[in-house]
Amino acid sequence: MEAIKTTGLTKNYGKARGITELNLSVGQGEFFGFIGPNGAGKSTTIRTLLGLISPTAGSAQIFGKDIVKEKQAILQSVGYLPSEAVFHSGMKVKDILRFSARLRKKDCTAEAQKLCERLQLDTNRLADELSFGNRKKVAIVCALQSRPELLILDEPTGGLDPLMQREFFDIIRERCNEGATVFMSSHVLSEIQRNCTRAAIIREGRIIACDRVDALSKTNAKRITVRGHVQLDGLDGVRGRQDAGDTASFLYSGDMNSLIQALSAGNIADLTVSEPDLEEIFLHYYEKAGD
Amino acid sequence: MTIIRHELKQGKTSLLIWTGSIGFLLVICIFLFPEMKDEMDGVSALFASMGSFTAAFGMDRLSFGTLIGYYAIECGNILGLGGAFFASICAVSMLSKEEKDKTAEFLLTHPVSRVRIITEKLIAVLIQIAAMNLVIYALAVCSMAAIGEEIPWKELTLLHCAYFLLQLELAGICFGISAFMRRGSVGTGLGLAAVMYFLNLIANITESAGFLKYITPFGYCDGADIIADGRLDGAMIAVGAALCAAGLAAAYIRYSRKDIHA
Repeated sequence: MEAIKTTGLTKNYGKARGITELNLSVGQGEFFGFIGPNGAGKSTTIRTLLGLISPTAGSAQIFGKDIVKEKQAILQSVGYLPSEAVFHSGMKVKDILRFSARLRKKDCTAEAQKLCERLQLDTNRLADELSFGNRKKVAIVCALQSRPELLILDEPTGGLDPLMQREFFDIIRERCNEGATVFMSSHVLSEIQRNCTRAAIIREGRIIACDRVDALSKTNAKRITVRGHVQLDGLDGVRGRQDAGDTASFLYSGDMNSLIQALSAGNIADLTVSEPDLEEIFLHYYEKAGD
Repeated sequence: MTIIRHELKQGKTSLLIWTGSIGFLLVICIFLFPEMKDEMDGVSALFASMGSFTAAFGMDRLSFGTLIGYYAIECGNILGLGGAFFASICAVSMLSKEEKDKTAEFLLTHPVSRVRIITEKLIAVLIQIAAMNLVIYALAVCSMAAIGEEIPWKELTLLHCAYFLLQLELAGICFGISAFMRRGSVGTGLGLAAVMYFLNLIANITESAGFLKYITPFGYCDGADIIADGRLDGAMIAVGAALCAAGLAAAYIRYSRKDIHA
């Protein structure tokens, strides 16, 4: 049984784009990434899965339960971290955590305390007075304190400093190792590359690629960085060329012999050939789908 | 119970301010009665010369010389309008504030059904309205006892019951409106309460607009009618109960299916 399975999931907002015929499958215990720029449909997908909005067509199950008919049972096993954490005014952090636990009918005191210590969160402060990053920490504790089987994280690291981001991912990986499933949406591709086993790329409400992260990163293209004087004009397969002084950097997907000939005809001081990172692959998918 | 307790905490300050303000004005009015009673001849003559204004507030049928007549006119307006405003504001923002303040996402991603959320929020509204009315009733009784007047228990209780029902009706309608709104709902609640109040004034001024009394809940709160009849008008209350029920039904139907946007 999959943790998340969507079949032709569609949400229309009249003229505005939502999501179209989304087919996704996330296995139990997976750390799954959901990549796309702002407005691609990541949050709409998540809000539909959580029952905040109703699908226009198609269906989705979480742990085999229908997201429309068995919403309450699903939410019992889901911890959700929103991209923007907003809480009721006038409440202290500890009151928010207690309120969240009571809504789940669980005593999460011990777990909340552990998480607050790890994230260095002062529970006696009013949530209204907290910075964006600290409010995010409150949302993280709310999402994790009940030890849910499925974690849905929407742009989780916004507002967190690098040290906190590292601590946060340590916690999430621990949960994943203990058997929890993680579904994380992000446009920070390095986050996905470092943490996720599989990922889907969404563009204008449609999934354009879904595979293992290492498979998504595999491409014929190489990142070439060359220092010196070389004539690259007329060489087929050069994309995204950037020049800085006597250094040129570009993605190359053409014939390797032609490249070597072009390089040998020039005067090269240094040469680096590397695999492109996921960010470049992502742009590649976007350009390809846009063609 | 969790959401009820949460809402009561959230609404505590507003409840205290409204109860305190209405209660304070009511007590002041009651304490002014002994002085007013002595000058009643002049006051009655003044009010008699104000034409339709006198009728609008029921002053043509009530005597300022009696405590209950004075209470129904002076305090009735304070309690009627103040209570209506409080009930409307409280109910109209109860569901919509979650979207307005962007807290709906937090609340609705917990394993709580929307029906339970609506029910607990509704109970929280009822508790706040009941609490305000009980405190104000107690303040009125204590104040009347303090100025040494005999307490007109039956009329006083009927008046307060009528205002309590008025607040429940407005709360029910506003609760329904709340389910449709995303922001800026307080103005709607206040506007509705004010319109209902003025409809009753119009109904009092001209007989041809008498049917308006069946639309506005202020119709069955008319002190002159309640004191003269010694009872509340069942037909008007039944219409009010139907409107209230329609508002509540709309709230359940709409909010259970509503898309919550970011």
